[in-house]
Amino acid sequence: MSGVQELAPPPRSERPRDALAQTGLWRTVGALLRKELLVELRTLESVPGMSLFALSTFVVFHFALDRGSVEGDLAAGILWVTLLFAAILGVNRLFVTDAEQGGFDAFLLAPVDRSAMFIAKALTLLAYLALLELVAVPAFALLLLGSPLGPALPGLLATLALGDLGVAVIGTLVGALAVQTRARDLLGPLLALPLLVPIVIGGSRASSSLFEHAHRTGPAARWLLALGLYDLVFGLIAYAVFDFLLED
Amino acid sequence: MSDAALELDGLTRRYGEREALSEVSLSLAGGHTLVVFGPNGAGKTTLLRVLATLLRPHAGSVRVLGRELPEESWAVRGRVGVLAHEPLLYRELTAFENLRLHARLHGVGAARVGELLEAVAMGARAHEPLRTLSRGMVQRVAVARCVLHDPELLLLDEPYSNLDPAAVELVARLIGGPGRPGEPGASGARTRVICSHDPSGGLAQADVVLGLLAGRPVLLADAEQVDPQEIAGLYR
Repeated sequence: MSGVQELAPPPRSERPRDALAQTGLWRTVGALLRKELLVELRTLESVPGMSLFALSTFVVFHFALDRGSVEGDLAAGILWVTLLFAAILGVNRLFVTDAEQGGFDAFLLAPVDRSAMFIAKALTLLAYLALLELVAVPAFALLLLGSPLGPALPGLLATLALGDLGVAVIGTLVGALAVQTRARDLLGPLLALPLLVPIVIGGSRASSSLFEHAHRTGPAARWLLALGLYDLVFGLIAYAVFDFLLED
Repeated sequence: MSDAALELDGLTRRYGEREALSEVSLSLAGGHTLVVFGPNGAGKTTLLRVLATLLRPHAGSVRVLGRELPEESWAVRGRVGVLAHEPLLYRELTAFENLRLHARLHGVGAARVGELLEAVAMGARAHEPLRTLSRGMVQRVAVARCVLHDPELLLLDEPYSNLDPAAVELVARLIGGPGRPGEPGASGARTRVICSHDPSGGLAQADVVLGLLAGRPVLLADAEQVDPQEIAGLYR
C-alpha cells in the first residue's frame, strides 16, 4: 500500500459540466497560444527555418541579379515572393506537433469553442511572420535595396501587416486541412499557393512605390483596400468552416 | 429514463470499405465497468474513439451518458476521460505545463494539477520536459490528465501498460485497477470502459465483458458468467 492520500474531487464549480461556460473563448485562445509559443521556443522548428530561408534567398538574388540595387516592382516582387515561400514553411509545420502528439484529440475532448484553435493558430502564425520580417526586411534592405528604408518603413509595415493577416488566416485553414492527409508536405503548399497569390499581388502592387529611388510615394491605397477585403473574406470563410475541418 | 451510461444499438463504423466495428449492441449501467477483449485490429480502439466523440458512428445508435452521438457530442465532451495509446501530451512541455493546459481547457483550477502530479508520484519531475521522462512516467502523467476534470466516464486503452507494480498501485487509486474491482472514482462511482489483453486481470475488474473479433461482437456477458478460457480463445 502506498502512502498517497485519496484525492478529493475538484470543487463543484470546477466540474466539467460547468466548464463550457467558465472556459471562455479568449481564455482558451490564451492557453493554446501560450502552448504554441512554448513549444516553438523549445524546438525552434519554424521561425529559424523561415528566417534562414528568407536570408538565403536574398543572398541568392543579390548575386544572381548582379546589380548594386533593385527598385520598384522588381524589389517588391522579390520581397513578397520570398516572404510567401518562407511563410509556407511555417504553414507546413503549424499543426504537425498537434497531429503527431495527440493535441488534436485532447483539444476535441475539451468542452471548449473550437474556433479557439483557429484563432490561436492564426495568431501563432502571425507572430512567426512578424519575427520573420524582423530579420528579413533589414536583410532585404541591406542586400537588395542598397539603402535604408527610412521614410518608406511605416507604409511597408502597414502593407506587411495586412499581408501577414491574410497569410495567417489562409495558412491556418490550409494547414488544418493538409495535416489530416498523408501527403501533407505536398498538399499544404499546393493548396496554399493559389490562395496566397492574390496577397502577393496585392502586397507587391501596394509596396512597389515604396521602393522607387526617384519618386518614392506611400503605399497604393486601392491595393491596401484589396488586401484588407481579401483578409476579411477569408477570415469569415475560415471562421465558418474551421470546426468542420477538425471533425471526423 | 434509462440509467444506462452507455447504450449501443447496431453500432457500425467503417474505414473506407472495411468495417472496423459491425453491429455492436450493448447496455452498461452507470458506475459499472465494461472490459473489451480482442486481438489487435479487433476494433477496441475504434470503439473507444466513437464513445469519446472522436469518431462518428456510420450506422446504429450510440447514447453516452444519456446523450445521443454524434448530435449531442458537445454535451458529452468534458464528461469523458480518455487514456489512449498515445498520452495526448506534448513532449516539449513539462508534466506541469501539459496538465495546466488541460486544466485551462476544462475549466479546472491549477491547484488540482499539483495534487494529481503528487498522486501519481510525479511531483519531483513535474518541471522536466516530457521527452526526458520514461514511458512509465509519461503514462502516469497521462492518467493524471485523464482524471483531471473528474470525468463521469473513463475510456481506458490498456491503462497499465508501461507501468511497474508500484505505479499500477498509484494509478489504480485514480482509475481503479487490478485487485480493486468496482472501486469508485474520486468523486463517486465512475463508469469505465477498459480495453485489455489480460484475461484474468481484465476479468477481475469487469462487470460486463465484450469480446470483439474483426469488429464483430462474439462475446457479450456478465463477468461472472465468463470463463477466462473463453477470453483466451479470442486470441487463438
